[in-house]
Amino acid sequence: MTTDQQVEQKGRGSGSFKKRARPGELAVRAFLLVAGLVSIATTIGIVYELGKESLLFFQDERVSVIDFLTTTIWQPGVGGFGIWPLVLGTMLISIVAMLVAVPIGLASAIYLSEYASRRVRGFFKPVLEVLVGIPTVVYGFFALTFMTPLLRSVFGVNIVGFFNVLSAGMVVGILIVPLISSLAEDALRAVPDSLRQAAYALGASKLEVSTRVVVPAALSGIAAGFVVAMSRAVGETMVVTIAAGASPRNFAIGQDSLFGYILNPFQGAQAMTGYVAITASGDLGYNTIDYNSIFAIGLTLFFMTLGLNSLSRRFVNRFRQKYE
Amino acid sequence: MSVQAPERERQELFPNKTEYQGLLSRRTRRARLFQAGCLLALTIAVLALATLLYTIINDSFGLVAIVNQNDPAAIVSDLGYDSETTGLADISYDEMVGLLEADVSSGVGRRLERDQRFYEDRLVFEDDATWAEICSSDTPPTGCTAGPRDQANVYSLVVERVVVADIIATNQLVPSLLDPQGFESEIATGFEAGRFPDYTIEQVHFEWRAWFNPTFLNTPQSSTPEVAGIRTAILGSAWLVLITILFAVPVGVAAAIYLVEYAKPSRLNDFIQTNINNLAGVPSIIYGMLGLAIFVRVLEPFTSGAIFTAGVPPSDNGRTIVAAGLTLGLLTLPVVIISSQEALKAVPDSLRHAGLALGATRWQTVRSQILPVALPGVLTGTILAVARAVGETAPLILVGAASFITTDPSGPFSKFTALPIQIFQWTSFPQEEFHNLAASASVALLLLLLTLNAAAVILRNRYSRRAE
Repeated sequence: MTTDQQVEQKGRGSGSFKKRARPGELAVRAFLLVAGLVSIATTIGIVYELGKESLLFFQDERVSVIDFLTTTIWQPGVGGFGIWPLVLGTMLISIVAMLVAVPIGLASAIYLSEYASRRVRGFFKPVLEVLVGIPTVVYGFFALTFMTPLLRSVFGVNIVGFFNVLSAGMVVGILIVPLISSLAEDALRAVPDSLRQAAYALGASKLEVSTRVVVPAALSGIAAGFVVAMSRAVGETMVVTIAAGASPRNFAIGQDSLFGYILNPFQGAQAMTGYVAITASGDLGYNTIDYNSIFAIGLTLFFMTLGLNSLSRRFVNRFRQKYE
Repeated sequence: MSVQAPERERQELFPNKTEYQGLLSRRTRRARLFQAGCLLALTIAVLALATLLYTIINDSFGLVAIVNQNDPAAIVSDLGYDSETTGLADISYDEMVGLLEADVSSGVGRRLERDQRFYEDRLVFEDDATWAEICSSDTPPTGCTAGPRDQANVYSLVVERVVVADIIATNQLVPSLLDPQGFESEIATGFEAGRFPDYTIEQVHFEWRAWFNPTFLNTPQSSTPEVAGIRTAILGSAWLVLITILFAVPVGVAAAIYLVEYAKPSRLNDFIQTNINNLAGVPSIIYGMLGLAIFVRVLEPFTSGAIFTAGVPPSDNGRTIVAAGLTLGLLTLPVVIISSQEALKAVPDSLRHAGLALGATRWQTVRSQILPVALPGVLTGTILAVARAVGETAPLILVGAASFITTDPSGPFSKFTALPIQIFQWTSFPQEEFHNLAASASVALLLLLLTLNAAAVILRNRYSRRAE
């Protein structure tokens, strides 16, 4: 009998329950941990690359951080590097989108959660899921070939431009309706039934129960849904690239008319994502100012969406504390 | 006075009977209106979907006004066929090549042959010596390595180069069905107004065209809308799906297993979890930038395939299938992790306890007890995540999917195009014909997504039945 076998026999026989080292288990565990760490590496990669290229952008002599954050002309060709026209485009489109999506999404959620029978739900839920599944580039095609001509025939060809904020915003709105409705519906359903029953016992109608009891009770959850949808609208690329045009809406506060030009939804305005996509689809050489500029825009976009997402998480947490 | 005030209050609280009836009916009316309003909102969502599908279908079929510079029927009867029974598409491969040889200038012919040759064993336009010379140069054209063209490919060349069919205007499906004369008179007025200076109205003939057809699916891209197809785009998308799955599924499922089965609450593990949730909310275009900076630029020796081949790399930069696939993989990863986590969490703890109590190690328990039970959920979530990735366009634009590629992708290190890129490209052209192509490509993309989703549903049903 060799020593090894003796040791093993002894180990078993003497009832030693000391944990044995299992290299296989350890290796598996290490592999799984590494897989978990890939996501952290992704985040680091995003922050590092966006940050590095943005730094190169701001080191260029034609660019200054102050001008980037304070001026309102974006014309990279002639050295105009103020981000506000692009932010303006993004905000206009997102606001139109929210104006479309919030009423439709919230009302749909109320109907699905408070009114709909199982059969009605069984019809509408899949439709909303299909809307989520349609690629955004197809929505872009829809905006350009259906929504824009429609708006132009309704409001007049002279008022509505071929590329315009309204068409892009409305289609982005349709795109985020399912997001709002599903998150809001989850929030409404999480409201305990006892609240509804109490209100009914006091003689409230379904309308009063929904709008004065259930919706206020679920408000932070619903708000979280709105914020997530806003973040989605801000980050949406294809619809705004296709339908909102490729020229930034440069403006001068005090000179340009506020409603006639700066906030006019009937004309085109390039959004941040639109600028990035258009610039990248051309022949883009590394280490040029165009290449670096898309990363500066991307970094701004990243922080905007990150801020919105953290805000929504805060709302969700508040909602959870209330009911769980 | 002191008695009157409560009296008035009581009257407001308890109105008389007619007032009460009025109030009540107003309340019920308002409640009913509200319900109708909510239902209307849902109906708008359904209408939006219906309109979207209608728009796409409407643009995929319809009447077109064509001018053929050479009549296909005349070409066919010149070859000795009966033009009543034989179409241009039915003639043999050799005859098509013969037509090209007779009609195309030698310069264009040589270019076509350098793109892709016509016969394996002989050259049509190029002479052998020149061919050997250009193929041994540093930058050999694709024709040196790719296989010969096929029937569909040569047919589209004949239509493009010999018949020279020019679609001068297109009509949508529904107007074509309801009012075909309207389109013809529209073209007639167009001629009177001088919109088509190159042709006379006698040359025009009208025909039905299904833009979405088998040839469309099987022909490579072309700058001539009459013969353009999405073969290269479909193959590119298929490659992307493959690489996305190969990367995202093992890593994603492993990460989910770690988080659900192994991780104890610690700062690192909480951080990983929060981070995954954050990543799921990052816009896809940002992933595109990451892909551009890391996969295309930093890892260029790998993604261009240069480190795998001694001589000339398969691609001269990192804008290849593998770079785009890995980018989409990273984009899909958080969704795969989150849905796999949910599937794993749904497995009852009793299974874990039973496995561990029998002396199995944690990994043995996970591998042979928990994963099989969680598999349908994991698969469904994964397929849905991949379906989302197939439709992503913005990251592909960023990592530089080429919009004009006419040869099939030859492997993970070749340049590529993909369905969403093709749709984007065609949508941005002003001509109506390209919008028809974009609509047809959208139909193809939606069908592909439908197939993937159906696969997810079938898998889920099949496995959940077995589990019962």
